[in-house]
Amino acid sequence: MATVSFKDASRVYPGADHPAVDKLNLTIGDGEFMVLVGPSGCGKSTSLRMLAGLEEVNSGSILIGDQDVTNLPPKDRDIAMVFQNYALYPHMTVADNMGFALKMQGVSKSERERRVGEAAKLLGLEDFLTRKPKALSGGQRQRVAMGRAIVRQPQVFLMDEPLSNLDAKLRVSTRTQIAALQQRLGVTTVYVTHDQVEAMTMGDRVAVMKDGILQQVANPLELYDTPRNLFVAGFIGSPAMNLIKGKVADGGVQVGDYVVPVEREVLARAQGDDTLTIGIRPEHLGKSDDSQGIAVDVAVVEELGADSYLYGSLAGLSEEERLAGPQIVARMTSRHPIDRSAPVRLKPTGTVHVFSNSTGERLS
Amino acid sequence: MPRFLSAKPDSRLLPLPWNVPLDRWPREHLVALPRGISRHVVRFIRVDDEVYAAKELTEPTAFHEYRMLQDLHRLNTPAVEPTAIVTGRADDRGRPLDSVLLTRHLEFSLPYRSLFHSGVRQETVSRLLDAMVVLMARLHLIGFLWRDVSLSNILFRRDAGAFAAYLVDAETAELHPRLSDGQRSHDLDIAIVNLFGEFSDLEAGQLLDESLEPEALVRQIEARYHALWSELTGREEFSSGELYRIENRVRRLNQLGFDVAELDISTAADGSTVQIQPKVVDAGHHSRRLMRLTGLDTEENQARRLLNDLDTYRARTNQGDVPESVVAHEWLTRCFEPVVTAIPPHLTGKRDPAQIFHEVLDYRWYASQRANREVPLTDAVQGYIADVLTALPDEVTGSVAQGDDHARHQLNPYDPSEGYAEDLEAPPHDPWDADALDPDTEVLPAVLDIEALRRRQKGK
Repeated sequence: MATVSFKDASRVYPGADHPAVDKLNLTIGDGEFMVLVGPSGCGKSTSLRMLAGLEEVNSGSILIGDQDVTNLPPKDRDIAMVFQNYALYPHMTVADNMGFALKMQGVSKSERERRVGEAAKLLGLEDFLTRKPKALSGGQRQRVAMGRAIVRQPQVFLMDEPLSNLDAKLRVSTRTQIAALQQRLGVTTVYVTHDQVEAMTMGDRVAVMKDGILQQVANPLELYDTPRNLFVAGFIGSPAMNLIKGKVADGGVQVGDYVVPVEREVLARAQGDDTLTIGIRPEHLGKSDDSQGIAVDVAVVEELGADSYLYGSLAGLSEEERLAGPQIVARMTSRHPIDRSAPVRLKPTGTVHVFSNSTGERLS
Repeated sequence: MPRFLSAKPDSRLLPLPWNVPLDRWPREHLVALPRGISRHVVRFIRVDDEVYAAKELTEPTAFHEYRMLQDLHRLNTPAVEPTAIVTGRADDRGRPLDSVLLTRHLEFSLPYRSLFHSGVRQETVSRLLDAMVVLMARLHLIGFLWRDVSLSNILFRRDAGAFAAYLVDAETAELHPRLSDGQRSHDLDIAIVNLFGEFSDLEAGQLLDESLEPEALVRQIEARYHALWSELTGREEFSSGELYRIENRVRRLNQLGFDVAELDISTAADGSTVQIQPKVVDAGHHSRRLMRLTGLDTEENQARRLLNDLDTYRARTNQGDVPESVVAHEWLTRCFEPVVTAIPPHLTGKRDPAQIFHEVLDYRWYASQRANREVPLTDAVQGYIADVLTALPDEVTGSVAQGDDHARHQLNPYDPSEGYAEDLEAPPHDPWDADALDPDTEVLPAVLDIEALRRRQKGK
């Protein structure tokens, strides 16, 4: 069991004009499930690999527990990369498939059996231990692979896009299983994914990265409810938050002919900016009862499970402006048919997030 | 409609039953060849006289692997040649099937398991490991991080008395401008664990000779790799009176089969010491030389052997002052070609020509020892055909020594994705199965269910 700390850790690739990871400061608690998420090239995988010892740390340091591991070779770091390769050996039993690496490390037979037994119990594989792996389903094979990492009893589990090779169904079920298992084991885990839904549903906390820089680290709800900047606001949530630019007006931000109400003290933080971006989650945007609200041309209404989503664009825009402008998405609660021939009026029904256009930072 | 992506399209592949999962393909399209352990379904497909390896995997992974294998080809590193990707497959009910990556079957290649089939000596295992270590070093030199080094992911070709290794699986691989020490040691750690697993598996299947121990076998890998790597890339410092050491280093690298394309030489400010470090080394020192002289395309050790024979021929025929290329042409028409053309056509699938020539030279040496006189090459080749070649298994498409009877029960005994007898038993209890998704459940698009998240957070 251990904490993991990145302290001003940077990785600069030779010839690159900016660091792949730029002064990362992140402390992961003992037993915590930390997810690193961000678009391709954001530095999440590089960060994980710096921790694993695969990438050099050009400046700063990385600690596992109290030990500075910055310059240790991978195998001396007491970490386990899960799922990276999991060939199952056909002549060996499931038990041997899980425990063979311990034999190489000189762990005694009784200890091996104890650890394999415990892992199998956790993984629901007890009845399979004496069998050959051929009979296993895809999900069971995944669990044997997890078992291999568990029996090593590492201080930290590392998972680098572990589900990317799986088909959609196996991905969803394995996701749930990994999260449940990690909770029971209580081993500090760092998990990398580009999929924000995966990040939000699995992590105790989620670290959002972009261009090598940590944008925000928080628990999933905090990220969702109070994104620190425009990038996090747009990245987290599916469908994404509506981000609409508007002019600062008396008592709010003007979008078309409607002023979205914003508290005065928030507007005061705009510090000379005459435009701001307001952010409204699709579930916090509803059809207005009167003629007030953001006017939106409806493109399509989509039924998605129990909900229906309205997609459209700000009304009164030229074709060009419409293509360049934001898509507007609102979650509809009522099942009344929507007349698409005229613009609908949408009003905020919940939190209105406000961001500075010059810094991208949250003001509200 | 399936879609093909291919650099060298083979139209004969188009009419194959892509709407059927590979593990249910009709036998008429398949060849039973031994293969390594794979987490995917792998089958060998025959179209006319061409054999392809087909692997089922998700579309992004298939594209990734295709590109990686193409890169290796471009960088002249031994790997199987990617032929095509088949995407957009669906079965007759319209349900999507995984993509298929097609690679050309490597002629005369042997998966390690077929070499262990009939007992194997320590020496042979050591040569396999040497070939693997050379392959790893070559990959690392070009910045290729494999991340799944294992014998299952390598095909071996006979190379005179040794083996040449070819990469067959690049699913997890990455190409970097340069690998860090950590990345290389990570690959090495993976190799050690995987090979230990593979040897243990052979042991469990009683395919490993009792005198061989998995622990002892894998212990060699690390030292061999480090020794090779430091010879290939290490910095050497000596006094300026020892400049012959530059030449020595280049020779040692040539001996290992590498050419030095760039050597960094720096002299201390006071001129007292010299530092050298190879910056760019290219594998294939001997095979390139043989190719230049004779046009023969062979493995490295085969080339070494053939070049030795060429040198002997030159000395014996007293042509020391004749240009090497002229002698090489003469040697080709008087020594090499007569041996190769003497092989009856029905035996040419047993070994490739350079390997046959090497084995004939060996045969002649032993025959000459026995007869106490020099046996002519023409006699040696006839003796070799009668005593050795006829009895060897066919290796042009792998050593398949299974009767039809066997094939009916199991297409391939080395492939875990095919049946064992215990499959017929009822599966054991799996408590997690209850949580698993019903196979017919539709998976919704990726929408974040924030309300579920809030409920879960409250419950904590």
